[in-house]
Amino acid sequence: MLASARPDSQARGFTGLPRWIWAPAALGALFVVVPPAGILARVDWADFVLLVTSESSLAALRLSLGTAAASTAVVLLLGVPMAMALARGTLPGLRVLRALVLLPLVLPPVVGGLALLYTFGRLGLVGRWLDVLGVQLAFSTAAVVMAQAFVSLPFLVVSLEGALRTAGGRYEAVAATLGASPTHAFRRVTLPLVLPGLASGLVLAFARSLGEFGATLTFAGSLQGVTRTLPLEVYLQREADPDAAVALALLLVAVAAAVVGLAYGRRGLR
Amino acid sequence: MKRAVSAALAALVLSTAPLLAGCTPPSGERSLTVFAAASLRQSFTEIGEAFEAAHPGVRVALNVAGSSDLAAQIAQGAPADVFASADTTTMDRVTGAGLADGDAAVFATNVLTIAVAPGNPDGITGLADLSLPGLRLVQCAPQVPCGSAAQAAAARAGVDLAPVSEEPTVTDVLGKVISGEADAGLVYVTDVRGAGGAVEGVAFPESAAAVNRYPIAALRGAREPELAREFAAFVAGAEARKVLEDAGFGAP
Amino acid sequence: MSAPLLAVDAGVAARGVRLAVGVGDGETVAIMGPNGAGKSTLFALCAGLLRPDDGGVRLGGRVLADHSGAWVPPHRRGIALLAQEPLLFPHLNALENVAFAPRAAGASRRAARAAAERWLAEVDASDLAARRPGELSGGQAQRVAIARALAAEPRVLLLDEPFVALDVAAAPALRRLLRRVLAGRTALVITHEPLDAHLLADRVVVLESGRVAESGPTAELLERPRSRFAAGLAGLNFVAGRSTAVGSGNAGRLAVEGLGEVSGSVPDGVAAPADGEEAVAVFRPADIAVFRPADIPHGSPRNSWRATVQELEPRGVQVRVHCEAGPALGAVPTGAVPTGAGQPVRLSADLTPAAAAELDLAPGQPVVLSVKAAAVSLYGV
Repeated sequence: MLASARPDSQARGFTGLPRWIWAPAALGALFVVVPPAGILARVDWADFVLLVTSESSLAALRLSLGTAAASTAVVLLLGVPMAMALARGTLPGLRVLRALVLLPLVLPPVVGGLALLYTFGRLGLVGRWLDVLGVQLAFSTAAVVMAQAFVSLPFLVVSLEGALRTAGGRYEAVAATLGASPTHAFRRVTLPLVLPGLASGLVLAFARSLGEFGATLTFAGSLQGVTRTLPLEVYLQREADPDAAVALALLLVAVAAAVVGLAYGRRGLR
Repeated sequence: MKRAVSAALAALVLSTAPLLAGCTPPSGERSLTVFAAASLRQSFTEIGEAFEAAHPGVRVALNVAGSSDLAAQIAQGAPADVFASADTTTMDRVTGAGLADGDAAVFATNVLTIAVAPGNPDGITGLADLSLPGLRLVQCAPQVPCGSAAQAAAARAGVDLAPVSEEPTVTDVLGKVISGEADAGLVYVTDVRGAGGAVEGVAFPESAAAVNRYPIAALRGAREPELAREFAAFVAGAEARKVLEDAGFGAP
Repeated sequence: MSAPLLAVDAGVAARGVRLAVGVGDGETVAIMGPNGAGKSTLFALCAGLLRPDDGGVRLGGRVLADHSGAWVPPHRRGIALLAQEPLLFPHLNALENVAFAPRAAGASRRAARAAAERWLAEVDASDLAARRPGELSGGQAQRVAIARALAAEPRVLLLDEPFVALDVAAAPALRRLLRRVLAGRTALVITHEPLDAHLLADRVVVLESGRVAESGPTAELLERPRSRFAAGLAGLNFVAGRSTAVGSGNAGRLAVEGLGEVSGSVPDGVAAPADGEEAVAVFRPADIAVFRPADIPHGSPRNSWRATVQELEPRGVQVRVHCEAGPALGAVPTGAVPTGAGQPVRLSADLTPAAAAELDLAPGQPVVLSVKAAAVSLYGV
């Protein structure tokens, strides 16, 4: 079978790849790979450890990992039901809703931050009522998590909805005729079936949360240990201590690469 | 590897700088590229027009960004003729690297003020009021000039400031006061002036402890060295002085 | 028949389906019919995957669905569905697949496992317990799927062409297995194979164009089909017309548009159709003799028709000759091209390859078909 041939045997077989493809493909790869390598070239290796283990750096790293994990959890709790409703639901208007839900994907992050501000800010649509109740979101770690969840939710929804559509509803129909309630079928059949799609969606959401900058700065502010995540720390240090900024940038690249590598590398090895 | 990468980055910066600076001038015109700190945008647009009026056939292209961004671009070989910085430290980096043509001259000053919502609802009268319980203060991070100025002023006044956020730029501080997220913010007099009526400024005497000085210098790599020196001198002149004063800048 | 256990009397307008089908307690009914006849719609109505627009579905006196909005969701119906493909849950091994229904019903892990082991043994698949669906052959997977459906202990079992996805080698064993486990169970089986209908079903329901075309005990229906589809299943020639005369004994005649008169005999135990009544003539392809037009036999049998060869289909040791038959011999002058009034009638004849070669048959060639009246069954519909 051609389709299931192993990659190493494919190298010698017919691939149907026009030879000229390699030139633009290589250019594209360089365009993506060289800039992170450019950071490597600028790192002050002598002080690297010192720079990334400074109090402010560690505080930023801890905050970034914590908030990204929290926002990923929020995305999981809200995104899975959203993807299910969008993929399987039959309500009218669902198609319009899908388009709206994907908006944060194409919105500039700063605009996302402004949107959150005008909604959950002190004078915002929802925020003014929260303020009356004594809940203040701005300048809190919760605001960071909200900003991250806002921008990363569509990644999970898109990824999971695709997986759900590919899987189709046939297994759920079988489960139902075997006496499984919709909830039982969801837990025991649907979720395990789309686990790879769910996992990759969560990884994308985590990575996107980790890199969130614009919406966080606009909506949550920047205070060490409370709202100043790694990207904000990089941005700030760039003003004062470019060496520290470069070292932190490398740290961010490393964490992101580790996350993506863990999720996709293992699948690639299979 | 390191070399090749640096070369590639430099090439990228060089190739994009003309795009930033604007289009190539039509033949017969002379073009002057001015790199100016973000807080100078409004004033330098007007000063540039006045300079063009005084020098027929000359076009002034303005590139505004954070001072340290501009200094980094100049160090990477961006084609700039004149550099106007928002602080002397950044300018020192440029002159120290031998990139300036002659000495830098301070042409304006700026001092901090307290930005509050119009009508000053919390009744703030000075720095001491900024540590009132429940009041949400936003200022610049100490790593950037407006933040270090705020620290110096607080030290002079003997107050401990506990901001809810330390922003990377003064624009972010101003934005949070305008949006109502923060009750007060430490910004420059020119920021309040530039915001129209969106915020109100409360002056305080300790601002004198941290006067921000704006130096300007013609650059060594200038394509129009003569014109660059003329522009630097023009900014220090009477006509420009009036524009700067209107924007809230103090005399040097 | 006493009141059926499962009674479907429902319509789905969007699919052009309106059906009334009943299944008695312990009865296995084969559902047959061409593609698009409404077989899958019938199953979807029973399983609760589709709502009826009118009418309803009842199980043992309980309304499962009706047009007024009464609705029992699929998981509370006690009706299990076995699809063409096994559709074993890919993330569970065979044992866990079979334990799925008991677990869904609230059985403890231990009890579900015991039940699963029992059902796997029932289908002779105990040795497959630890395998993942990906490690099972098609026949093995379908075996496990049967155990999984049985483990739900459904009141009605729906089987949608259970052998269609299997290779020919795996089907016979599975057919024997189903014959054993379906004995005494209430089940509906969609199939295209008369063999399955004979082996598994007590009764056959033939659907055509969203309606029940015919139904009856399997042997009777396949022996004396009253619909073209059922005749096709049984491999019989089938012509419909009006009874013209019932002669002495059981001999009779049928007027068929395009063929003229067809002579035959009414089978024993079947009431003879009255004069003018709609009736059918049914005969086996092997009973048709094929001649060249020049070699018309003397003392010819009564049923002889001009025809044109359409297609030759090799079938094992025989060749099936598909023809379009024209008017009866003698209706037009010998040698004229048959241009029968109305639709030509399709008839099939089985020949040995040697006979076919000797006649030098090819598509488009004119022939004469003839069948003895004694080989033709006539009965009302």
